[in-house]
Amino acid sequence: MSETKEVEVMQSVYDKNDEIAKQTNARLTEKGIFAVNVMGSPGAGKTSSLVKIMEKLGDITPYVIEGDIEADIDTKALQALGIKTIQINTNGACHLDSPLIGEAADALDVQNGVLFIENIGNLVCPAEFEIGEHVKMLISTVTEGSDKPYKYPLAFEKASIILINKWDLLPYVDFDEEYFMKGVRALNPSAPVFKVSAKSDEGFEEVVSWIKENLKQ
Amino acid sequence: MITLHEYPITKRIIEISEEFARENHAEEVKQINLVVGDYSGYVASSIDLYFGIIAEDSLCKNAVLNIERVKPKLKCTVCGEFFERRPFSFECPDCGGEGRPTEIGKEFYVKSIEI
Repeated sequence: MSETKEVEVMQSVYDKNDEIAKQTNARLTEKGIFAVNVMGSPGAGKTSSLVKIMEKLGDITPYVIEGDIEADIDTKALQALGIKTIQINTNGACHLDSPLIGEAADALDVQNGVLFIENIGNLVCPAEFEIGEHVKMLISTVTEGSDKPYKYPLAFEKASIILINKWDLLPYVDFDEEYFMKGVRALNPSAPVFKVSAKSDEGFEEVVSWIKENLKQ
Repeated sequence: MITLHEYPITKRIIEISEEFARENHAEEVKQINLVVGDYSGYVASSIDLYFGIIAEDSLCKNAVLNIERVKPKLKCTVCGEFFERRPFSFECPDCGGEGRPTEIGKEFYVKSIEI
């Protein structure tokens, strides 16, 4: 038997995904697009929150890439509102990755505006993959409970902006705001946290102001 | 089509290993030494499970996958100590200060191959 030789590699397994994410990000920036990677659990109200945000964008054009394991219910609802939306079905995969986004953005023909990329409903895998976005928006809810930062630290650590949705339901659930915020701040000292309700419309003006401010940079 | 979370990443591990094997004129890869942080979200045993199937037609088909796991560590903002967190806490076990996330535990790379 021949002698074994060890060859040093030291290469990240994410390299290809990250490289494509960088290229996509540069291309989107060139086109005047501000891309928001929207993450949250199934049922957190990602699509409902996006509708509230998009209603308040004024003369800024919104685009949406809807990521779902299957079906296109959200896409059809958004298209019915006149929003340029494209569907990506991952057929079982639990997150979007960067090659998918470049193609979808081209197909949508995005130009000058905000592109919301609604990731698969999942608090684990979407946080690990750069997909060409400028910022990550995490939508949490009072109904999921206040321990989420402790259970899914990476999603909270990587978020650029955090929404706590379903705030109108606070009187009916045991959501401990102090405990939640303690976890958020340990992981992420700087991301702004907004209390919102896609049902009652509260809190979204502030979210939109934050987006507009970041858009200018 | 396999759309499992671990599939594209296992494929990438094989591609990287093959690339380095070819550069070194090796006919096969005997072992792949992989470093996986527990926060990378990849279950080492799942990578292992599908490795055999995905590596079938590659230089890695007989390779042993050696996975070195790394436990995530926080850094205390008060005393600077690195520590492993306890469930539902970010508190430093030494001084009680608050820990902040570090890059330790997010590793995911091919360290070396044996050819």
